[in-house]
Parts: sequence; C-alpha cells; structure tokens
Amino acid sequence: MTSETHGAASGDAGPARAPGGLPAWADYGLLPLLNLTAALAVSALVILAIGENPLAVLSVMVGEALGYPEAVGYTLYYATGYIFTGLAVAVAFHAGLFNIGGEGQAYLGGLGAGLVALAVPGWPWWAAALAGTAAAGLFGAAWAWVPGWLQARRGSHIVITTIMFNFLAASLMTWLLVDVLIKPGQQSPESREFDPGVWLPTMDRALGWVGITVAPSPLNLSFLWALTCCGLVYLFLWHTRWGYALRVVGRNERAAVYAGMSPARVIVLAMALSGALAGFSGVNDILGVQHRLLLNVTNGVGFVGIAVALMGRNHPVGIVLAALLFGILAQGGGQVSFDFPRLNRELVMVIQGLVILFAGALEHLFRPRVAALFRRRAMAAVAGGGL
Amino acid sequence: MTAMGRIRAVMMLALGTVAMAASPGPAVSADFVPAVVYDMGGKFDKSFNEAAYRGAERFAHDTGIAYRDFGVTNETQREQGLRTLARRGATVVVAMGFAQAAPLEKVAREFPDTKFCLIDEKLDLPNVRSLTFKEHEGSFLVGILAAMASRTGTVGFVGGMDIPLIRNFLAGYEQGVRHTRPDGAVIVNMAGTTPTAWRDPARGAELAVSQFGRGADVVFAAAGATGLGVLQAAADAGKLGIGVDSNQNHLHPGKVLTSMIKRVDVAVYDCFAAARAGTWTAGHQALGLKEDGVGYAIDEHNRALISPAMEKAVEEARAGIIAGTLTVQPYQP
Repeated sequence: MTSETHGAASGDAGPARAPGGLPAWADYGLLPLLNLTAALAVSALVILAIGENPLAVLSVMVGEALGYPEAVGYTLYYATGYIFTGLAVAVAFHAGLFNIGGEGQAYLGGLGAGLVALAVPGWPWWAAALAGTAAAGLFGAAWAWVPGWLQARRGSHIVITTIMFNFLAASLMTWLLVDVLIKPGQQSPESREFDPGVWLPTMDRALGWVGITVAPSPLNLSFLWALTCCGLVYLFLWHTRWGYALRVVGRNERAAVYAGMSPARVIVLAMALSGALAGFSGVNDILGVQHRLLLNVTNGVGFVGIAVALMGRNHPVGIVLAALLFGILAQGGGQVSFDFPRLNRELVMVIQGLVILFAGALEHLFRPRVAALFRRRAMAAVAGGGL
Repeated sequence: MTAMGRIRAVMMLALGTVAMAASPGPAVSADFVPAVVYDMGGKFDKSFNEAAYRGAERFAHDTGIAYRDFGVTNETQREQGLRTLARRGATVVVAMGFAQAAPLEKVAREFPDTKFCLIDEKLDLPNVRSLTFKEHEGSFLVGILAAMASRTGTVGFVGGMDIPLIRNFLAGYEQGVRHTRPDGAVIVNMAGTTPTAWRDPARGAELAVSQFGRGADVVFAAAGATGLGVLQAAADAGKLGIGVDSNQNHLHPGKVLTSMIKRVDVAVYDCFAAARAGTWTAGHQALGLKEDGVGYAIDEHNRALISPAMEKAVEEARAGIIAGTLTVQPYQP
C-alpha cells in the first residue's frame, strides 16, 4: 500500500486545492506574489499619507536588508528563526492542528539550550551545540506534547491550550530569570554569560575557518540546521509512513481510523515534532547570538511562524522563501527609521500586518479571479482546438 | 534621483566608512551628533523612555543641534541600533534601560572613541557613563504620602513585570508606608510576565479596581503605559493614583496624589551637554534624592491633595535620607 500511495501523494504539497484549481506555479508563485504586491501597495498608501516617498522607503528597506553583507547576515539570522517556527506550524497544520504555541515552545527551547550551555563550560562548541540543540528540541517538544496529549485524549482544543501555554512559558521564564538564574548583583533579569567556548560559531567565524571572509553578523550555524530541518521535514511528511499517517489524519480523521491509524498517537507525535522545531529557534537566539538566558528573547518569532507557514503554503520550500521575506521586513524595516525619522517602528508592524493580512487572511481575495482567468484560457484553448 | 543618491550614501556609510550621516532635522552640527536608543516601551510611553525623549528634545531646543534616535523592537536590535548609530558617526549615544548593558558592552569596545551613557545599569568601560537611580528613595517618599492620604490604611501597588527594577520601586514604597503607618498594608500586583505588561492600560485599570475592592484607596503605578490605566481607574473610582518616572499629575488633576519622578530627562540632557562642552566623564553615578535624581512632584494639579502635615513629614524624611540618618533598603537581586 505504501509505495503507491506515497507516489500519488508526494506531488500534493499544500492543503486541499480549490476545485478547478490552478497550476502549481500559479498557486505557489503567482498568488503569493499578487498578495505581496497588494500588501506593498497598501503600505505605500500609508507611507504616502505620512508624507514620505514610498519608493524611496522601499528601496532603503530592501537595501538595508540585502544591500551589503552584514545586512544579509542579519536578514538570514531573522529568517533562521522564522524557518524553524514556520516548519513547526506547517507540521502541525498537516495533521490538522493549529499550533499557536510556537512562541512558548521557542522560549522553552531556548531555556533548554541555555541550561545546557550553562552546565557544560569547557566543552568544545560542537559538543555543546549538539547537546544544546537536542535539549532545545526536547524542551520544545515537551512543551507542545502536553497540549497535544490534551487534544488527543481529552479533546481540549489545541488553539486554546497552546495559547495558554505561551503565557505559562512566559511566567515560568520570568520566575526563573528573576529569582533563580539571574546573575547576582545586576538589575537585568539575565543569567550569566556562557563560557565563550560553547558559543555556537557565527557564520563569519565558521567561514573564516575555510578562508572565506564575510562581515560579522548574528547569522550563525543554526541557519544550516534550519535548512537541514527543511529537508528532513520534507522527507518526513512526504516520504515516510508516519508522515503519510500524519497527513491522512489531517485530511480526514475518520478515513485514518478506517485505515487502521490512531489519530490520537498521530496528534501527539505531530505536536511533539512541531514543538521540537519551534524549540530549535531558541538555539539560534540563545546559543548563537545572546549567549545568555534572558527575557522575551523570542519576541514574536512563534507568531511570525504562523504567517510564514500560511504564506509558504506549508511546504518547506515556500517556508524558506516566506521566512526570507519576513527576515527582510524585520531587518530592512528596523533600519528604515534611521533614514526616515518620521517612519517609526510601528509602521514596520503595519507593513508586516498587511503582508500577513493579504497572504493569510485574504488568501482567497485573488484566487477565484485568477482561477477564473485560467479556466477561461483553458476553455478558449479547447474551443480553439475544436474549431 | 535624490532617493538613489541617498541610498548609495547610506550603503557606503553602512559598509563601514566612518563618515558623517546626513542628520535630519533643523540645524546640523557636523562634528557633534548626539543620539538616543530607546528601549522596548518606545519613546512615547509617557514614562521612562519619554523622559529621555524630553531630555533630548530640550537639548535640541536649547542648542539647535539635531539628535538621532532609534526605538528597538527586539533583543537583537539593541546591539544593531547602538552599532549603527556609532558607525554613522554619533558622538554620544544614550542607551536606555538595563537590557542594553550587554549589547552596549560589545559595541562600546568596538567604538572606543564614541561616548555612551547607559541608563539604569552599571557598566565599567572607559567610554561609558553609567547612570542608575535610587528608585527606592523616591518611592519611599511617595509611600509616606500614600500612607498619610489613605483613609483605610491599605494602599496598592501595580508593577509592570516582576523584575528587580520594579521590586526596587516596591521595596522603597513599602518601607515608606510602614515608616508612617507600621500597621499599613500594601496590596501588590504585577501586570504580567511578557513585555505587554508595560503597555496594557486595560489590565492596569482592572488590577487597580480589584485593589480598590480589597480596601486600597491609593495606588502607585510603576508599570509604564499600563500605569495610565491605573491612574484612570483611580480617577474614575474617586480614589488616588500615584504616577511614575515622569510627572503625571496633570493626567487627572486632583486625582493623582503625586508622581515619583525619575530625572531621566536631566540625565540625558546632562550627558549630551557634558559631551558637547568637553566635560564628559566616564564612570558610575547613582542618582538619589541627594543628587536630585529622584523625587516626588508637587504642582498646581495636586497642591490641594497634599496637606501641610504631609508635606512636613515627607520633607523630613527627604532631609533624613539625604543626611544619612534615615536609610532606605534597596531591593537586592
């Protein structure tokens, strides 16, 4: 059974396609592009209303995100976290679960990575990175496992429980950092700095080993792990029996039961995997950049992951592209205020919000029209052939 | 065309060329560029960051020198913002908030010729001036006023996040209350555990109302913009609020007992002015009542609420703390 179904299923990446649907390139390329253009057009109106030139702002934004090596490093650093949380949301989504708890899972993942780094001074960085990544995955998975279990066995809705677990994570971290892990004698609720030997090497340092010089930036080796995870998630979802079961449960739980699968087990597995992926983003921030445990380090990465997964159509390739886009917005948008003092950080949030609105909530705004266009062309082609 | 030129200029600057950035604003002094990096709350939080904004604005107004600023939105941007400003030729940069200590430590080493002023945390580097405030001393004084204004003997405290800084406000406030009324009770609530806790006025109002329900009739808000909700709730319920950081007495005239002022604006202004005059020095300054770094506000909006007895008591305590005969214990993390 497996080889046939896998073959048939592997081409089908996204959620159910609309009847009379679009060719893949239009679905994955044209529509996101249309949505993005619409979002930017509306943003341009807002910028115009503030009294700046939208084109100038946009080009500064892109230039500050991609225009020079350090900026690219920052953009990819932001994208790293978004890839992890985007994948996390996507894996859960394929099982029919809406994991809004990426924020808390990433927070806990950072805690896991940080505890390892605090506990193993003197280890070589690669050993600490392996242990830290494993701990981040475990902590994240455990934090998502509970809502998964509650959903599978008790029917508690995953959306509610994962949101609540975000607050639990925040409370736990605040308590730990204010009362337990804080370095004595300072105001700031932060742990002591990790031993420099266990820091995850930044990309400029790692490339320096092989003789390539790039500008220093927070981009670190966890970026490579993020890309690896994309490959692993792809293989898992579309080329393993478990991934197949996960997607079947997501599509039709009753069909899954009929086929002898246990939805409860699949749900718990999907949530644990999802949590582990979100937890890895803690490696990027804690081991790779901050080198200490601190509050609010996730800063919305879990929520951006939802938008990334939506925009990336829950496919690893799409997620990488969407994560890059949000990385550009985070980096370029943050820098815009240096050149346009009248544009503050809230404007960046407006642009991000519009992208999310058009790519996510209004995903079907252009779809029917584009689909109709394609149908008409197809019919015209048929009619033309008939004549 | 100008846009393209501007972008090219920006890129060249960012590529590491140390050159003067084309500062926006009224007058540009080519050799002196002050800058501020606000923390998460944003420059219009009516409180801590806004005090820095006021100080910078006053400096710009007095000298005609434009300043640059940047508001961070995530942890990584602190370092990024400090570095970008330093690289673009800022002469003196104010870093707001204890959370900037770690990023500043890195950036200050990279730019030994740039002067930095760090607010709310200590950092021992030759080009960093650290300014901390003895919040507990100012809070002690408003604690005295709260205890004397209270009819029930129960007063409230609404903090933002439960972090050492806020506990320091609380520590002083509690000691002030007990100093005046040994049997006085302080009801304490924190608004949350995420940064939202600093900008959630609805939550602040909710907490204040619940404290009123438990008998409190004066409430001290040390919670950034969340505190605005606390003051509003107090005014609506006919109770008294106490503002923080900036003078917030005017928000609800006659309903705000006083404000615990933290002179961040003065610190920022002095930092800029000293750097300009060439008298800037590195090192740590702890600003308390003695240095006029903290205090309580009396103006036309709350004059009627402060009786002569209250003023006498609070001035006595103030003198005692300055003279060293009365000690207020800070919170020890």
